[in-house]
Amino acid sequence: MAVKRIKINGKTISARVDESILEAAKDADIHIPTLCHLEGVKDVAACRVCLVELETPSGNRLVPACVTQIEDGMSIKTHSPKLNEYRRMIVELLFAEGNHVCAVCVVNGNCELQNLAIEVGMDHSRFEYRFPVREVDLSHNSFGKDQNRCIFCTRCVRVCDEIEGAHVWDVAGRGYKSSIISGLNQPWGTVDACTECGKCVQSCPTGALFKKGSAVSEMEKDQSTLEFLVNARQKHEWTR
Amino acid sequence: MSKIKVATVWLAGCSGCHMSFLDLDEWLFELSKYVDIVYSPIADLKEFPDNVDATLVEGAIANEENLELAYKIRERSKVVISFGDCAITANVPAMRNMLGKSDSVLKRAYLELGTITPQLPNEPGIVPPLLEQVRPLHEVIDVDLFIPGCPPPAPRIKEVLEALVQGKSPAMEGREMLKFG
Ligand code: SF4
Ligand code: SF4
Repeated sequence: MAVKRIKINGKTISARVDESILEAAKDADIHIPTLCHLEGVKDVAACRVCLVELETPSGNRLVPACVTQIEDGMSIKTHSPKLNEYRRMIVELLFAEGNHVCAVCVVNGNCELQNLAIEVGMDHSRFEYRFPVREVDLSHNSFGKDQNRCIFCTRCVRVCDEIEGAHVWDVAGRGYKSSIISGLNQPWGTVDACTECGKCVQSCPTGALFKKGSAVSEMEKDQSTLEFLVNARQKHEWTR
Repeated sequence: MSKIKVATVWLAGCSGCHMSFLDLDEWLFELSKYVDIVYSPIADLKEFPDNVDATLVEGAIANEENLELAYKIRERSKVVISFGDCAITANVPAMRNMLGKSDSVLKRAYLELGTITPQLPNEPGIVPPLLEQVRPLHEVIDVDLFIPGCPPPAPRIKEVLEALVQGKSPAMEGREMLKFG
């Protein structure tokens, strides 16, 4: 198999030619924080948390590790004061943008956004909180959507489209008026295409999609079914 | 060694952060060797004193009284600490912000949901008027240190107070010190 050599944090590693920086780093056990990335679905570089510093002759450039293919001889830094500061700013902006009231949230204690806030050392948001007015949709039999906690990672959109093949979810609007919509912007419970598989719920990193009846801290996301399906697909485990 | 002067203040919060402070149990006796509590909802003092070394502020800024006291606290304290999620993010008290400005909040709470003689509270000089929006403490005054948590667990508070007593700044990092909620 063709390999390329790259340097991450000064250490030379070899990686498959078709890998992204994120995949190469992962294979070498080097941690790069991510948020919108989900194993098995296409990367969209929406959150920018995986930004790394790429050394170029004209100075260091910031590139998202999830969608940047490796090139022979690349030299990358995964952590630096600048990257740490940018990552922390991104997380602070996410907290200031929506309504994150962790104390009364279904995923309090099991939340990827909350964990990332700890990782980047956020003790408060330096950005003014917006307190937007956002919808809660409880029309579905089994699941609920709380737009207050949504960070627009679009994991739900991609998992429903690419893994389940139902394409229930889409993004509507622009900028701060964006929202995640089901069907033709109709209540989730009325969307015939929804197979009630719950993959979107399990893939959602926050408390935005949840199982109905979950109280504070009760919702734990379980991505094992997703991993199973993705692995089976990649390794063709269903073909004899 | 002379004792440091510490104040604790209860603004728009549920007093849970203070309960968590009291959860330090017998360690509070230890603390009292190094610290004088000069103002607190658990001590009966009317006026916020001068020359406070460190003030722990629980709660968000929700009404005019909160705001006035916040300015006073900043003027009279060397170190101001946002104590808990309500002070840091405005948290649960700020859920009223989604209803709009103060008049729609009052209408919703006292008229639409009022059962017996619905009426708007109006006691000038006694009941402080609501601000249009509930805001975190650091959006109205400068804050030197943040202790997240709803409430911050007692060991987290202890970690901070121990550092303050020793004149150090506490290392606010890792899950034990930083988790919100
Ligand atoms: S989704 Fe996560 S960060 Fe947002 S309120 Fe819930 S626990 Fe907190
Ligand atoms: S609902 Fe959840 S998975 Fe979907 S975009 Fe929002 S945060 Fe991401």
